[in-house]
Amino acid sequence: MSPHDPPAHDHGSELGEMQLRVRALETILTEKGYVDPAALDAIVETFETKIGPRNGARIVARAWSDADFKRRLLEDATQAANSMGHSSPVGSHLIAVENTPRTHNMVVCTLCSCYPWEVLGLPPVWYKSAAYRSRAVRDPKGVLADFGVTLPPETEIRVWDSTAETRFLVVPMRPAGTEGWSEERLADLVTRDSMIGTAMAGPPEVAAR
Amino acid sequence: MNSVHDMGGVDGFGPVVAEANEPPFHEKWEGRVLAMQRAMGYLGLWTIDQGRASIEAMNPIEYLSVSYYKKWFLGLERRVVEHGLVGADEIAAGHSLRPGTPMKRTLAAADAVRMTRGKYARQEPASPRFAAGQQVKTRNLNPTTHTRLPRYARGKIGTVEAVRGCHVYPDSVAIGAGENPQWLYTVVFTARELWGDDADPSITVSIEAFEPYLAPA
Repeated sequence: MSPHDPPAHDHGSELGEMQLRVRALETILTEKGYVDPAALDAIVETFETKIGPRNGARIVARAWSDADFKRRLLEDATQAANSMGHSSPVGSHLIAVENTPRTHNMVVCTLCSCYPWEVLGLPPVWYKSAAYRSRAVRDPKGVLADFGVTLPPETEIRVWDSTAETRFLVVPMRPAGTEGWSEERLADLVTRDSMIGTAMAGPPEVAAR
Repeated sequence: MNSVHDMGGVDGFGPVVAEANEPPFHEKWEGRVLAMQRAMGYLGLWTIDQGRASIEAMNPIEYLSVSYYKKWFLGLERRVVEHGLVGADEIAAGHSLRPGTPMKRTLAAADAVRMTRGKYARQEPASPRFAAGQQVKTRNLNPTTHTRLPRYARGKIGTVEAVRGCHVYPDSVAIGAGENPQWLYTVVFTARELWGDDADPSITVSIEAFEPYLAPA
């Protein structure tokens, strides 16, 4: 591997081998009638185009705009999320936790990679990394610093370790200077990371990442 | 089991590095692995916790050195052979050598687009033993099989913050001993309880703890 190669997510040289092995297993499972390649295509396409953090962002933007919806979201996020009519209904036990000037919430799964994929899409590589999983519960301030986030000294941090089938969605604080914005415009400020708790939403002058 | 998947509080993995504009899959095969995992899960032959257990049972050196979706792939490949769905000779050959076992259901493309996560809540067999606000102590459990009580939170005093209903008990279902539904609680600990007196007093950490993990404090 030359120093100019891109960073290897799969240790570079394994790439060809993995393509072959995965294709072989798919062939076997298909020939034996266990999977339908069209269903596999549909799953991949759904995750590439339909399920992503935009779903969560719309939920947060509505919570910012509609006090009654926010109350329902914090009471029963599964029901509130499903009332939005997204393509992937939330199966069960979504819990929304609200960031305030007093408390900043941050979500991790130290044991594997539990993540509210129905509302955020697939977890980013960093969420599944040993670095995040090991440190989030021990040094959340250090992790936030890795993301360039510094909290005011009066803000307490609450880390949620997703050790069961409950899933957590952080409702970030609404950025100042967004009074009167439409839900659509507000949703552009709600980044994926702000709904995991490793970033703040906004600010208004920055387009959503 | 006490293996390297239980990472909370382990030092030395370095800073968290985020990738800008990360795609859902970095390689095409990763998407196929995820899709196969879901389609095979739909057959109903194993549970999510048996899937997790098979990944946790990997050799720790392998666990730490292979990529996320390769772990899924290796777990799936192992499971289909263990369940007798595919022969090791077929894996080696790269194609099927015999007809498959007939399945009660398989995932159709029309159903694949509307994906809903499984439901794990179950009818409660009894009243919850603990209530919100109560102090509890996590048990010092060290099963050699699957558990969802992380090592860093064993033998620690915390407070029940919420009762989350009754759920399939992973420790039981993963070893084929049935769903054995148990009450689930959000239990919150101070960082000082978990990490000692030097820890930051402004930090708290919660876990989702099944009732058998807890004793009255």
